[in-house]
Amino acid sequence: MNTYFIILIGCCFACLVRAWLGRSIPDRMVAIDIMGTLAVGMTALLAVMTKRDFFIDVALAWIFLSFIGTVALAKYLGHKTLDE
Amino acid sequence: MSWNELVGMVIIGVGVAFDVFGCLGLLRLPDVYNRLQAATKCVTFGTCGILLGIFAMKGFSGLGVKALVGIPFILLTSPVGAHALARGAHIFGVKLWDKSVIDRYKEDRGKKPRL
Repeated sequence: MNTYFIILIGCCFACLVRAWLGRSIPDRMVAIDIMGTLAVGMTALLAVMTKRDFFIDVALAWIFLSFIGTVALAKYLGHKTLDE
Repeated sequence: MSWNELVGMVIIGVGVAFDVFGCLGLLRLPDVYNRLQAATKCVTFGTCGILLGIFAMKGFSGLGVKALVGIPFILLTSPVGAHALARGAHIFGVKLWDKSVIDRYKEDRGKKPRL
């Protein structure tokens, strides 16, 4: 279980590398979105590892927060070049 | 280690492997759209695998049922967010990769006035 958690932390660092290199703004947004979904899995693993059940509530809330953040960023991205 | 935990660890392992491949695609693929589809599909399924493994491990307890409830939420929200990001990136003006052969969305957007 600890091994899985460490592998997921490595995946988060891969996303951070992509957000660092980037080359365009949507690249960085995609990396942050994927990192949010990874964090849901990490939090769910943490609930099993530490035997504290409230971490799964954190994971459920994180799903919706990540979704709302992604949609807001995408809206910002789509309307930036329009005349509005 | 009982059978529940063994099956749960195997399913969680499959999910983590999907996560790793998704992040590999996020690093290696050449284009925003390619990166988006690889990473979103793999990481969505990987996280669903982790939650399903926790359900297999814990059974119908509070933790297991909450993990099971999280699966449809991820399956609903993650593709919608990815679709919005892809549309936003296309409107923002990110070029496709050189070797991409077709761009249907550009043709469709040319026909009607942009909202």
